Amino acid sequence: MKRRDRVLQDLDQEIREHIEMATQDNIDRGMSPEDARYAAVRKFGNVTLAKEDSREVWSVVWLERLLQDIRFALRMLSKSPGFTAVAVLTLAIGIGGNAAVFSVVDSVLLKPLNYPRSEELVSLHQIAPGAAGLADFENGLLLSPSMYFTYAEQNRTFQSVGVWNAGTANVTGLGEPEQVRAVYVSDGVLQALGTPPGVGRWFSAADQIPRGPERVMLSHGYWQRRFGGDPTVIGRNIMIDSQSREIVGVMPKNFRFVDSDFDVIAPLAFDRGHVILAGFGFHGIARLKQGATIPQANADIARMVSIWMDSWTNGPNSNPHIYETWKITPLIRPLKQEIIGNVNEVLWVVMGTIGLVMLIACANLANLLLVRVESRQQELAVRAALGAGWGRILRTLLTESVMLGLLGGSLGVGLAYAGVQFLLSTGPANLPRLSEITLDTRTLGFTLLLSVLSGLLFGLIPALKYAGPRASLALRGAGRTIGASRERHRARNLLVIGQVAMAFVLIVSAGLMIRTFQALRTVEPGFTDGEHLQLMRITIPDSLVGEPEQVTRTQNAILDKLAAIPGVRSAAFTSEMPMEGFDSGWDQIYAEDKVYEDNTIPPLRLYKYLSPGFLQAAGTRLVTGREMTWSEIYGLQPVVMVSENLAREMWGTPSAALGKHLREIPTQPWQEVIGVIQDVREKGVQEKAPEIVYWSPLMKNPFGPGPIQVARTVTFAIRSERAGTEGFLNEVRAAVWSVNPNLPLASVRTMANVYGKSVARTSFTLVMLGIAASMALALGVIGIYGVISYTVSQQVREIGIRLALGAQSGDVLSMVLKEGAKLALLGVFIGVFAAFGLARLMTSLLFGVTAHDPLTFACVATLLVSVTLLACYVPARRSMKIDPMVALRYE
Amino acid sequence: MSTKEQQRRIELLQGTLDLLILRTLVLGPAHGHAIAKAIEFKSDDVLLVEQGSLYPALHRLIKRKWISAEGGVSENNRKAKFYRLTALGRKQLVLETSKWDKLARAIGRILRPTEGGPS
Repeated sequence: MKRRDRVLQDLDQEIREHIEMATQDNIDRGMSPEDARYAAVRKFGNVTLAKEDSREVWSVVWLERLLQDIRFALRMLSKSPGFTAVAVLTLAIGIGGNAAVFSVVDSVLLKPLNYPRSEELVSLHQIAPGAAGLADFENGLLLSPSMYFTYAEQNRTFQSVGVWNAGTANVTGLGEPEQVRAVYVSDGVLQALGTPPGVGRWFSAADQIPRGPERVMLSHGYWQRRFGGDPTVIGRNIMIDSQSREIVGVMPKNFRFVDSDFDVIAPLAFDRGHVILAGFGFHGIARLKQGATIPQANADIARMVSIWMDSWTNGPNSNPHIYETWKITPLIRPLKQEIIGNVNEVLWVVMGTIGLVMLIACANLANLLLVRVESRQQELAVRAALGAGWGRILRTLLTESVMLGLLGGSLGVGLAYAGVQFLLSTGPANLPRLSEITLDTRTLGFTLLLSVLSGLLFGLIPALKYAGPRASLALRGAGRTIGASRERHRARNLLVIGQVAMAFVLIVSAGLMIRTFQALRTVEPGFTDGEHLQLMRITIPDSLVGEPEQVTRTQNAILDKLAAIPGVRSAAFTSEMPMEGFDSGWDQIYAEDKVYEDNTIPPLRLYKYLSPGFLQAAGTRLVTGREMTWSEIYGLQPVVMVSENLAREMWGTPSAALGKHLREIPTQPWQEVIGVIQDVREKGVQEKAPEIVYWSPLMKNPFGPGPIQVARTVTFAIRSERAGTEGFLNEVRAAVWSVNPNLPLASVRTMANVYGKSVARTSFTLVMLGIAASMALALGVIGIYGVISYTVSQQVREIGIRLALGAQSGDVLSMVLKEGAKLALLGVFIGVFAAFGLARLMTSLLFGVTAHDPLTFACVATLLVSVTLLACYVPARRSMKIDPMVALRYE
Repeated sequence: MSTKEQQRRIELLQGTLDLLILRTLVLGPAHGHAIAKAIEFKSDDVLLVEQGSLYPALHRLIKRKWISAEGGVSENNRKAKFYRLTALGRKQLVLETSKWDKLARAIGRILRPTEGGPS
């Protein structure tokens, strides 16, 4: 640095001396002093360049130049605050939206799960294409306990493997009875996940011994809520489902079980001596051995499936190889993929649309800058004439646009923060990993990159156009606006066409979502007026009421109390309401009048239980026949109801089903079909209604002599105008507790909540696309308005001449409108093709409408063309009012 | 400067200016104008040095520590900056000269294969 300063300090002086000496030499050769000096200067060349180049040798000059450019850019921006404000705000919205969506995409889709070496974790997903009825069952074929033992003992590709399921448990003895979220795990699950406990220890193999000491682990949240984070809870006992369990450990704060929040973890403690082949009710999870791949693991499981069939049985006289017809096939997936599920399509679509909005914003800014640069053409031409290289001018212009990008970006970060809060509050409750979404350094890095890139993108178009070597021509031409040359407008017109095309794509996708939503609303879900249908779930554990009939009598008593609450029109219960998402039972059903071949298993049907009065309470239509009565239930009468689609499949018409007989297995007596119920969208409005068999909540055990079978966990449905209000809920609780004070209420909500959650994905997508599309429309309209009004202002002289020569103001109006219409139609034309291609990506999000829905396309095209024409109309009106005299004097 | 004269003169190849400066300074320290004059004079005015470009070249050489700069007084008693070859510069000159010779020979052989002698 010092050397540099010393050498550079008298460079000016030195160059002056140089020229002096050269002049003197020339004089000595006999030139006149004037000529001598001229020749010397000429011979020296560009003094400024020589100085700059000398300085540049000592480099970091690029930094100095950058700072200089930045200072200059800021000065230029602050000179036109209106332009700067519009530009920065446009960018802030675009960048903010993108940063917000990126933070969601990054947190949900890109970041690894919060477990050690989480890439080794897999979900043991398997399908059974031979077992019809399971096909649309989201979880595929779950694992049975015998499968777990086989896989755990015989595998070659897993470090550890286990099964789990989630449910609820009643905790008593800690004040009010409370229903908590429980996860039940086999040995190997915690070991696979690998997150060490925060306090205490994991379950050991000894804790999994049936009828051994009962143990439990707590979540960090539950530990804080119930025990105030007291570390001495280890070793204490709590009552879970009337069973005393010793607390052995607490999981750490940010530990989530796969993707669910939970309160307690308890061991499954399978009794190895008593498990059978069946009982497919558990999720499998495993950690792959180092170096093992998913195809290897699939092959490993496929090998073990036949070992499993040979090792276990469903009891004497049953053929274990009947499961061969199920074609059980492992389809192991990374745990992350299992958790993310199908939300990635939604998120990528949202990311894509918001990216398009960003492009439209950039196009708008490029247009603004084109106009701005055009008015600065003279300045640029002067700078070029004074010796600024075109690279240098390019850099000046780009610095300015990148500065705009950065300003917009920093404001955008604030907007993104607000956006993320908005997303979290409106986002679908079933968006996985919701709690992990944050605005972190990765998002900030993305925002910075986006700001700079967008600055370069929208700055490059005007910069290349005007900083080019031809800039000097402008010195002569600028200042006159004779005939706005086509060439000058081409860039702007192209930008507008692009904007309209992109806006078209976005509005079409929003339109398709609206049509999807409309289609969903016309679907009969199998209940009516969910707003006024209060739901709650109650479990009556074995330890509280042992005798099966007494369970149903207790539930019946609760119904009587509920019906007595003022404002309640009817009340009933069922095993689960549609779309509640509780795992339901599936099994095959045999009809008396059908012939079944040996060794085949008929399709699986959904099994549900209904109390009398349910159809009236829920608003479900009875197609034909009648409901069960209480006396039939208590009398264990062999009666059953079926869904309309099952009746049609088996007997052709609903009425033909009445009086027919069904049974689950040969040991069960035939059950008479007494009623047919409308199809119900059990798994969501977009999913096909499953075939359902409706049983009595209290029935003889179909598997032969044994205890009577009773539905202990049921959802109560109460029809009342007061549903959802706090006062009503208090009365409901009081009614339940007047029957039995130890019964906790869970999942208290209205049917409308359940329905809303089920369509949350669709409505979330709709809201996001709606926002993106309206932004696109607004930006597109502004863009086309700007271009047309600028064109008009450039054509003032031409219009003036036309008017002076006798053109009617109507002709002028149509001339301007034609110009706008041309751009809009071209944009729409291109947009149709782009949308045709892009909408196909959305197919999985659509329902009841094709990706090429002509109605949507036509409406959007009409909308866009008319809106753009309106945007042209305003400047066109202005052009009509031009006074020829003024216009001609204008120059 | 007439067009004819321009044709007679040759613009310097990129980088050769550095070499010429080093060569000039072998004879002793000199100031900028003297260096420019010496290059032109020694080449019988064939080589055209845009004198302005001399200065960035000088700074380049100083930065590489091949020459050094010091204050002094010019022949007509003006204060001037003198440039002097350093030991490092001397070594570099030898290196660059042999490189240049090789290059010139090679190009010569290609351009006039018959005059290049047996090869």
